[in-house]
Amino acid sequence: MQTKVAAKPIEILLVEDSEGDVGLIEEVFEEAKIRNNLHVVEDGEEAILFLRGEKQFSGISRPDIILLDLNLPKKDGREVLEEIKEDDELKNIPVVVLTTSKAEEDILKSYNLHANAYVTKPVDFDQFIRVIKSIEDFWLEVVKLPSK
Amino acid sequence: METRMTSKPVDILLVEDNKGDVGLIEEVFESSKVRNKLYVVEDGEEAVLFLLRKGQFSDAPRPGIILLDLNLPKKDGREVLGEIKEDKDLKNIPVVVLTTSRAEEDVLESYNRHANAYITKPVDFDQFIKVIKSIENFWLEVVNLS
Repeated sequence: MQTKVAAKPIEILLVEDSEGDVGLIEEVFEEAKIRNNLHVVEDGEEAILFLRGEKQFSGISRPDIILLDLNLPKKDGREVLEEIKEDDELKNIPVVVLTTSKAEEDILKSYNLHANAYVTKPVDFDQFIRVIKSIEDFWLEVVKLPSK
Repeated sequence: METRMTSKPVDILLVEDNKGDVGLIEEVFESSKVRNKLYVVEDGEEAVLFLLRKGQFSDAPRPGIILLDLNLPKKDGREVLGEIKEDKDLKNIPVVVLTTSRAEEDVLESYNRHANAYITKPVDFDQFIKVIKSIENFWLEVVNLS
């Protein structure tokens, strides 16, 4: 893999309300070859505050990539996706939808809203880990992320 | 990896004018666990005709994913990207930009135009193959395509 000589770690925003899933995802990203910081918010409202650097998130750096669950408390992930992709400052941040939903309409709607990728979370533990590792491999080691 | 239970193969459109790169990419996708068919066009005009199913491409399938070089003859890949992502029927097809360009402005502009991912082609042969395999793994085995 091309060694990425990054001056700064990659900032990842994980929008996920399942604590179990958060724990597993944190473990995978902790072991990544590429330095990264994983920030976690648990609902759609906090996701927006984080992205706008508002309230308790003022001063926070803009994430380089977002992992977004769809079914979230307070503000649905589908709305969050739409807001991100309609915002001129935020729309170039890659958003990987990571959700339990396999519904064709969710998949189609997410891509129509310009989600960068749609991934259904496997139920099986080993497959879940593999999927997170694939996400880490592709988005941290292979892809060029937009610079801020 | 979750087995994709597709009744049909995944159709991939590769827009690439470098024959050497085409050959390598074809080999990787031929060895994929997931059934797929790789269609190749060599310039931006043919890419658009293929997607609109015009001319010699009237029977072309709608691809599940597009791999798009930026520097193309006849019509630039940046224009092709813009046209795809502004078309209400085509915009939901993932477009992975795969180009020699490392220019920050190309990266930023591509994402602003809703490219799904931007990848700079490695010069090193082994790394090139690894990158294509990562693309194959992520987009054919992990992701849900629309």
